[in-house]
Amino acid sequence: MTINGWLQIAIYFAILTALAALLGRFMARVFEGERTFLTPMLGPVERGFYRLAGVDETTEQSWIAYAVAMLVFNAAGFVLLYAILRLQDVLPLNPQGMSAMGPELAFNTAISFVSNTNWQNYGGESTLSYFSQMVGLTTQNFVSAATGVALLLAIIRGFSRASAKTVGNFWVDLTRTTLYVLMPLSILVGLFLVWQGVPQNMGAYVDATTLEGAKQTLSQGPAASQIAIKQLGTNGGGFWNANSAVPYENPTPLSNFIQVLSILLIPAALCVTFGRMVKDERQGWAIYAAMSVVFLACVAVSYWAEGSGNPLLHALGLSGGSMEGKEVRFGVTNSSLWSVATTAASNGSVNAMHDSLTPLGGMMALVLMQLSEVIFGGAGSGLYGMLLYVIVAVFVAGLMVGRTPEYLGKKIEAREVKFALLGILVLPLFILGFMSIATVAPFGVSSVQDAGPHGFSEIMYLYSSSVGNNGSAFGGFTGNTPWYNVTGGVSMLVGRYLMIIPVMAIAGALVAKKAAPASAGTFPTHGGLFVGLLVGVVLIVGGLTFFPALALGPIVEHLAMLAGQTF
Amino acid sequence: MLNHLRPALVLLGAFTLLTGVAYPFAMTGIAQVAFPRQALGSLVEQDGKVIGSSIMGQSFTTDRYFQSRPSATVGPDPADPSKSISVPYNAANSGGSNYGPTSKALIERVSADVEARKAQNPSSPVPMDLVTASASGLDPHLSPEAALFQVERVAKARGVPADQVKALVERSVEPRTFGLLGEPRVNVLALNLALDKVGSQ
Repeated sequence: MTINGWLQIAIYFAILTALAALLGRFMARVFEGERTFLTPMLGPVERGFYRLAGVDETTEQSWIAYAVAMLVFNAAGFVLLYAILRLQDVLPLNPQGMSAMGPELAFNTAISFVSNTNWQNYGGESTLSYFSQMVGLTTQNFVSAATGVALLLAIIRGFSRASAKTVGNFWVDLTRTTLYVLMPLSILVGLFLVWQGVPQNMGAYVDATTLEGAKQTLSQGPAASQIAIKQLGTNGGGFWNANSAVPYENPTPLSNFIQVLSILLIPAALCVTFGRMVKDERQGWAIYAAMSVVFLACVAVSYWAEGSGNPLLHALGLSGGSMEGKEVRFGVTNSSLWSVATTAASNGSVNAMHDSLTPLGGMMALVLMQLSEVIFGGAGSGLYGMLLYVIVAVFVAGLMVGRTPEYLGKKIEAREVKFALLGILVLPLFILGFMSIATVAPFGVSSVQDAGPHGFSEIMYLYSSSVGNNGSAFGGFTGNTPWYNVTGGVSMLVGRYLMIIPVMAIAGALVAKKAAPASAGTFPTHGGLFVGLLVGVVLIVGGLTFFPALALGPIVEHLAMLAGQTF
Repeated sequence: MLNHLRPALVLLGAFTLLTGVAYPFAMTGIAQVAFPRQALGSLVEQDGKVIGSSIMGQSFTTDRYFQSRPSATVGPDPADPSKSISVPYNAANSGGSNYGPTSKALIERVSADVEARKAQNPSSPVPMDLVTASASGLDPHLSPEAALFQVERVAKARGVPADQVKALVERSVEPRTFGLLGEPRVNVLALNLALDKVGSQ
């Protein structure tokens, strides 16, 4: 741990907060249909899309129609992506002659990208054609992120409207998010990355003869365009196998800074957008503050753990933080900051191998995914997940003082609390359920690389990442088996869609309610007391569920490491 | 349900054309004009032949060159393509060892490497990055300490004064960006190319 390290972290957070304020306000204008500086250019494109699709942008949908539209769109996206992966050997833009992907792996991959998870049981440069990377994966990187944002807008309207029947138009929200937010930002970030050294070409792999005369094949491709949206859309799927650790994918400290900023930018900015849309920006900042408290605490623990290093290596005469699975240009600070940012957001890209992190560093990543990805979380999905916890928090506050809880002028009643708890509890059920089976079954443990508690952590990481729609991995683990492709795929589906249905039901229930004017007894939800309560609820409900499992994995491993034991 | 089908299919088609075709091709076009060297992979040529990429690591094994960090990348076994064998710095299959912190295999590997490095240079402590495998297996850099650690060996193998090699390393150190971001580092390929120039003078 160094002063420079803490300074890099502090500057990162300060710039993130400043940009979140700017982008958040801009997005609020876009989503309310107001004019922005992009309207003259993109307005005609937007209207053209609606005309082609037969969408009337002034007609809104009930929560059920909105949810069904989303499901039909995502199902169509799944079918298209699955077909592309299965047929990539006969499709164009395949200079390396990659063969078609097998059915189980294509199923897992298609669900993975449609659900905004980007879990990868394959290595990009050794498996995928450029056509699959661009037309298949890049497209889903855009629209799965836009889907998450659209769903968030529906529940925000549940709070901001009173006595209404509709929550917006899914097609309009989807189109506006993609055209006005994701596309312009991706172009900026993408070109910045090319400038820093990320390839952007359609050429075949280049054979080099190294200085010592050995042959080295340098994989190429349209990488920068995909990497930009993989970060901005909280997707995280790497163009190359080792993701943003590969120098081509992330060549410099500056490219690293822009990427790790892009990871949290949209989820952070959506807090501000939320505040704007409910006509009280302080409400958004209160949620931002609660997320930041947990985020910064995890960064501090992770940086401390990685900076302190591995005593087993120190015993060999080495000093400093472990560099196994880390890159020199990023060092301990940027590897640890990234590992927390990418798991706080449901991004899942990595610039260091999480499997080789110290036990406590790896545990911070696990905990953030197990809190169901609400500390900033995915684009849209992080904040709607957090709003479930908000509902539980105001309910707990209401119980304490014996009043019907309210949030943003809406009474929170039994129906909303039940749905919120359903949305929160479905995740641990599947993480712990699948994990329990995999830990005792031979087809489960055969995929584990490391013996001892770390092997248990590897299984826990897979299901936490899949259900949380994160997509990062303890990469030593062999996920590409029938059991893990199928249960991993189911986990990603459940983590995404079983959470969405309660969220949309809450949106529908709230939007129909009358606005209740604030009174002297209303619990203020923009102050420090509320922030503290919300953090407490997240940690108690989300965190305690997994404490026994964490005790058997990373905590035992930490103690074993201190005692000098290897496995 | 059916009334959603047209917008779903039409918009999926439209977004596929926009974000999956037009966007990457447009970015490729702009990138090739604005940053042609980077867009094509920052390739380094010598005598008309590609010898690598300036930002991707490559393997150096002889004493005459500064050696890169350990790499855990694998490739198909030429004898049996269904099996994989260790192919360090395989730039078509990136990856790390993924060994956990308490892995016996990790500690044994590092321990053996530490002994080997100590034999080359008993006077300095072995730097951490010189005996640990990078995340990508393609790390193009060494820490300044790991480069300086190898100065004596390289100088001896080339028959040049150690001070001259040391000065070259010190000139090759890239500082933190803006004095703040990332870590100080030395690009191994660039350093070795500079080293070859010194030798030929």
